[in-house]
Order: sequence, then structure tokens, then C-alpha cells
Amino acid sequence: MAVKAAYENYSGPNRDAVENFHGNQLVYLGWDEHMMFPCAGVFPLPPQMPFGAIIKEVVPSAFSLHPDFASIDWGKVEWLLDGKSFNPTLDKSLEDNGVNHKSLIRMITPGLNGINNSGF
Amino acid sequence: MSEKMVFLALQDNEDARPIREAIEADNPLAVITQFPGVYKIDAPGRLVINRESVEERIGRAWNPQDIHLSLVTLSGNIDETEDYFALERT
Amino acid sequence: MEQAKKMNMKEKYNAMTGDLAWDFSYKTEAEIFPLSDFEGIKIEDWSKWQDPFRLTMDAYWKYQGEKERKLYAVIDAFGQNNAHLGVTDARYINALKIFLTAVTPLEYGAHRGFAMTGRAFPGVGAQVASQMQSIDELRHAQTQLHTISQYNKYFDGLHDPFHMFDRVWYLSVPKSYFEDALSAGPFEFITAISFSFEYVLTNLLFMPFMSGAAYNGDMATVNFGFSAQSDESRHMTLGLEVIKFMLEQHPDNLPIIQRWIDKYFWRGYRLLGIVGMMMDYMLPKRVMSWKEGWEMYFEQNGKMLFDDLARYGITMPKFWEQSVEEKEHLTHQLWLTFYSYGHAAAFHTWIPDDSELDWLSEKYPNTFDKYYRPRLVYLREQEKLGKRFYNPSLPQLCQTCQIPMVYTDPKNPTKRVYRETIYNGDRFHFCSDACKEIFEHEPEKMSQAWLPPHQIFQGNCGGATIPDVLKHYHFTENDGGEFLHSRDNANWNLWKGLTPDEEAA
Ligand SMILES: [Fe+2]
Ligand SMILES: [Fe+2]
Ligand SMILES: [Zn+2]
Repeated sequence: MAVKAAYENYSGPNRDAVENFHGNQLVYLGWDEHMMFPCAGVFPLPPQMPFGAIIKEVVPSAFSLHPDFASIDWGKVEWLLDGKSFNPTLDKSLEDNGVNHKSLIRMITPGLNGINNSGF
Repeated sequence: MSEKMVFLALQDNEDARPIREAIEADNPLAVITQFPGVYKIDAPGRLVINRESVEERIGRAWNPQDIHLSLVTLSGNIDETEDYFALERT
Repeated sequence: MEQAKKMNMKEKYNAMTGDLAWDFSYKTEAEIFPLSDFEGIKIEDWSKWQDPFRLTMDAYWKYQGEKERKLYAVIDAFGQNNAHLGVTDARYINALKIFLTAVTPLEYGAHRGFAMTGRAFPGVGAQVASQMQSIDELRHAQTQLHTISQYNKYFDGLHDPFHMFDRVWYLSVPKSYFEDALSAGPFEFITAISFSFEYVLTNLLFMPFMSGAAYNGDMATVNFGFSAQSDESRHMTLGLEVIKFMLEQHPDNLPIIQRWIDKYFWRGYRLLGIVGMMMDYMLPKRVMSWKEGWEMYFEQNGKMLFDDLARYGITMPKFWEQSVEEKEHLTHQLWLTFYSYGHAAAFHTWIPDDSELDWLSEKYPNTFDKYYRPRLVYLREQEKLGKRFYNPSLPQLCQTCQIPMVYTDPKNPTKRVYRETIYNGDRFHFCSDACKEIFEHEPEKMSQAWLPPHQIFQGNCGGATIPDVLKHYHFTENDGGEFLHSRDNANWNLWKGLTPDEEAA
């Protein structure tokens, strides 16, 4: 469908085009079953950044306040990229891992499901 | 109670009191629910405010459009003349 | 001379509205009303327009003048009597802060929008109704600003509402609803505002809120609220009249109108969730729960409104069932969201006390104790340990409603809903199927949304750190954060001669 406008060929800027982010792209990062963080966070990251830096830098900045955080076994973490399960290569870039502008990464930590297993 | 209800809500103040009394007298099926500062009047099918009934209570002329000064909200189709203001849903 | 016969109501109305128009001699109707047909709405005969209230211009001025006189007498008395001390407690003021920073600019937006429809509609009845409403809405904005100036003398967070409205992340929710409507054509605007917002949903904004204000001793708000609300009955009636008129004029109008109803019902429902949070969490004395309000004003009354329109082929707004499924989760999730972003808001947040938690258990027996009470209790304990929780990252927003993507599957309330679509090679995210559908219908428009977190990262909001952004918003250090530690709370205790809360010590 298309918008009905008062003139022909209506269009406007794509407000969040990747060019607008000064060399970064946006990446969303959520932690399933941890509703203490009520939604995923958004981060401007260089597409060349290795995926490993997400684990080392971005994830702690977002989620280390949660008591489950210290118990995460990083070998067991499961990842979803844009809704599909995903095995990141840690020393490859976001780009090479298929993490694109406005991709959503979800982190699942089996056995860790929030305070008293409550999903919070 | 009929399926189809109408309602209006009036500010709980002195100006609206005779209107409320007129409604109670003329609409035996109306049910009034009090909230802080406001009351809601529900009735099946039709709810009417008659000019004469209000005038009897205040002892002077009253125009049904004066309801605008006290009305908070309403639901139903409006039927309005010089002599009454009514809400209907049939 | 024979005296003119006294006109009856209908004759007087026709003489004082319809007869105010004139015929055009040197321009065509299409030239004079260029916005009247691009939306696809077909009107065959504008003279069929009937305003059910039949309010003439002279009667309008008389009643509005009387309302203003009454209202300003109360506002003056408020200032003279230190009436701000009469509210139940200083937490209450935070509900008012949301109302006055989110809704007051909407009143002004409605003023602009109805000025537009008054100019754009070719029919004189619709022009007069639009003009009256445009003036009403300006009045509402003004009376609320006068109320703001009273409270702004004593409480934080109210010092710059219009500046904040154009920038602040959560205020982009009401702003984008209205601007979506304002940037559409006149028929979509009036369907969005008069019908979907005022006729279907506004009861939930004003009835519990103004009743809540009365219950919590806030006489200034009660007065501007009821003064505005007395105009609202006329606005709601206009909403219904507009819909019926369009539907009666041409059968091709039905699918267009149904889609607008679906769209603005959903967008309005998302917006009203914030009011729900005020009802359940922010009023020290509570009138009714969000769930009760939704049942009374939408599930019961809303169904009757739509039954009235069934004869034209109109059905209940698409996705209304989802609003019902969410009703036991919505306000708790939103309050926890604002609590966790309390450092970036211009109002205070807190954990309700035990009696309030009990009230919530009673009102939400299926969900509160199971899911939400333990969360609130945990956060309260953390706060007591000096670890007040704030979410350190910026939120992912829904592209359409612009609310953080916090909504969950009602059947599985610890699973967030994530929806997405690709448009022109870019990915867009949504909180719900409804928000996704709204986008997919008008992607050229909705892809232009000004999403505050993204704007921060584009460098358009004063800097990259939270203090930079809050400065850009004109927030002061006293505007947000935990209520217990707030200047509002300290001042309140001082004014009322209360011992400071021990937690705040
Ligand atoms: Fe208004
Ligand atoms: Fe209005
Ligand atoms: Zn949404």
C-alpha cells in the first residue's frame, strides 16, 4: 500500500539511514527472560567491530547490573540474530557475521532466567 | 436492563443538582454512580432531561442547552429540542 | 411593523450557521478547497450535514464566556490560598506533570488541526463546528498553561513543557500520534481526533483522571479538567456525526474510514497506556484501575458505539481483542519501564507502598502477585541498599507508536513481542502486529519517524552522554529520578511539617 498524499510521488527522507550515523550502524541488543531491562537497548557500533567486542564491551555496559550476569557461562549462550538462531564468529566483524544496520541481537542464557527464575 | 445503554456524566456541583433531580424524577430506570467530583448516569435506551422539570426545581427559565455548562461526557445519539435534551440508543 | 416570528431551534441553527456561507463567483470550489478530495472520501451533498447540538455562534460565545469566568475565579483563588498544599501528597503531582507536559501541547495541536479542517472542508456546517472546536482547544491549552504556572512555582519538572514536547523521548509518543493526524488530510485528521481519540477513547483520559484529581485534592486540575471536558461532549458528538455523515455520503468511503478507525484506535490505545499507568501507580488515592476503566469505557461502552455504526458496515477496530488480552499486564510493564528510565524523565518514579501493592493485587488477581509484585519488591530492596536501579542503555523503540518495545505476549508475559519488516532495504521494528500493519500501509510516511534514541546517536540532541541529552531537553538535576530523594519530596515534608521519610534520609 502507499500513502495518499495531496501531491504526486510523495516521499521523504529515510530518517534513520545508516549514512546518518557517522560511520556507525545501529544494533539492538536484548536479553531474553530478563525483564529488569524492559526492552532491548540500542547501540551505535562500527560495522568492522569484531563480534567479540559485543561480548566484552557492549553486553556488560548494558546488562552487568543484573545479578545473573556474573554467572553467565559464555560457552553456553545462545544467540538470535533478527529472529534466527545464530553462531557468531567472535573474531569476525559484525558485518561479516551478518549483523547489519538495525539488526536485533537477542541473548539467551540457558539456566539463567532472571531473579528466582521469574523472567525478571 | 435493555441491552443498549446510554449515559451522561455531570459535574458534582450546585449548578448540576437540579438537573440531576429532574433526571431522577423523569427516568425511573436511570442508575447513578458517584465518583469523586462527578457522577455517571446510565439508562437503558433513552435518557431525557425535560426543561419543565428543571424549571420547576429552580423556579426560573432554563434552556436545555445550559446542560453544556455541567456536562462532562455522554454516550448515545442526541435528540434535542427547546423542551428537552435526550440521549437515545435503540 | 409586524414583529418577526420567533425562530425555533432548528431554524435558528440553520440561520446562524448554514446561512453564514456564500456562493463563489470567480473561483471554482476545487480551487478554494484543494484538500477536500485527495484522501478518496466522496461527499455528494454537504447540506446534509447536521450538527446534533445545533449550537449557534452567539450561544457558543455566551456559554464559553461563562465557563472561563468560573474557571479563572478558581485559578485565582488557588494561588491566593496556597492550594497546592491541599493535594494528597507530592507523589500525586507527578501524574499531573505527565498530563501537563504530554496533553497540553496536544490541546494546542488540536487547535491547529481544527483550524485546518475549518478551512479545508467545503461544507459550512463542518466549518462552523471546526472553528468552534479550534477555539475550544486553544482555550484548553491556555487554561492548562495557567495551571502549570501555579504548580511550577512549587514543583520541579514543569518549567518548559513546550520545549520538552519537541525533544523528550517519551513525549514523542503523544507528539507522533497527533503529528501523524495533522500531516494527513482533513478527513483523516477529524476521524483520528474527533472520533477515535475523543469519541472512543477520551472518556478514559478525562473521567478517571479528573475524578482522580478531585479525589487527590487537586482543585486546580479538577477545574480546568471539567471546564475542558464540558466542551468535550460537543467534540465527541462531532466525532460521531462526522463518521455517520461520511458513511452516508458514499459507499466507497467505508473501507477508507474503517482503516483510519483501526489505525487510530490502536495508536490511541498505545498512548492511553500511559494514562493507565497514572491510574494504577501514580494517584495516592485511586479511583478505578486501568482494567476496570478499560472494561467500562471500551469493552462495554465502546462495543455499543460500534453497534450503532454496524448498520453502515463499520466493525470493531482491528486488534481490539489484543487490548483486552493485555489489560492485566499493561500498566505494570509501563511503570517498571518508566521506573527503570527514571533518570531520564522529567517526573519522579517510586515503588508503591505495601497498601498500594495490596490494592494492585486485588485489582489484578491473575497477574500482579504472580509477575509484578516480586519485581517491585526486589527493586524496593535494591533501593534500600543504595542500588536504585536505572537502565543504562537507550531503549529500542517501536517505529510506529514510539514506545520502548516492552510489550509481551499476553500468553507468555516474560516473552517480549518483536516484529519487523524490511522497507527499501532497511529494517524497521514494531511492538505489535498492529503497529507493523500501520507502518506497512504507509511506509513512505512512517519511515520518517523522528525516534529520539536514534536522533541522539545521529548527533542531533546536544551530545552523546545522558547529561548532554538532558541538558538539551532543558531538564534540571531536580526534575527526574527517584521520588524519595527528590527536592519535591523534601519540600513537601518541610511545608507540611512531616518527618522526612526514613528511606530518603
Ligand atoms: Fe481539548
Ligand atoms: Fe477536544
Ligand atoms: Zn508500537
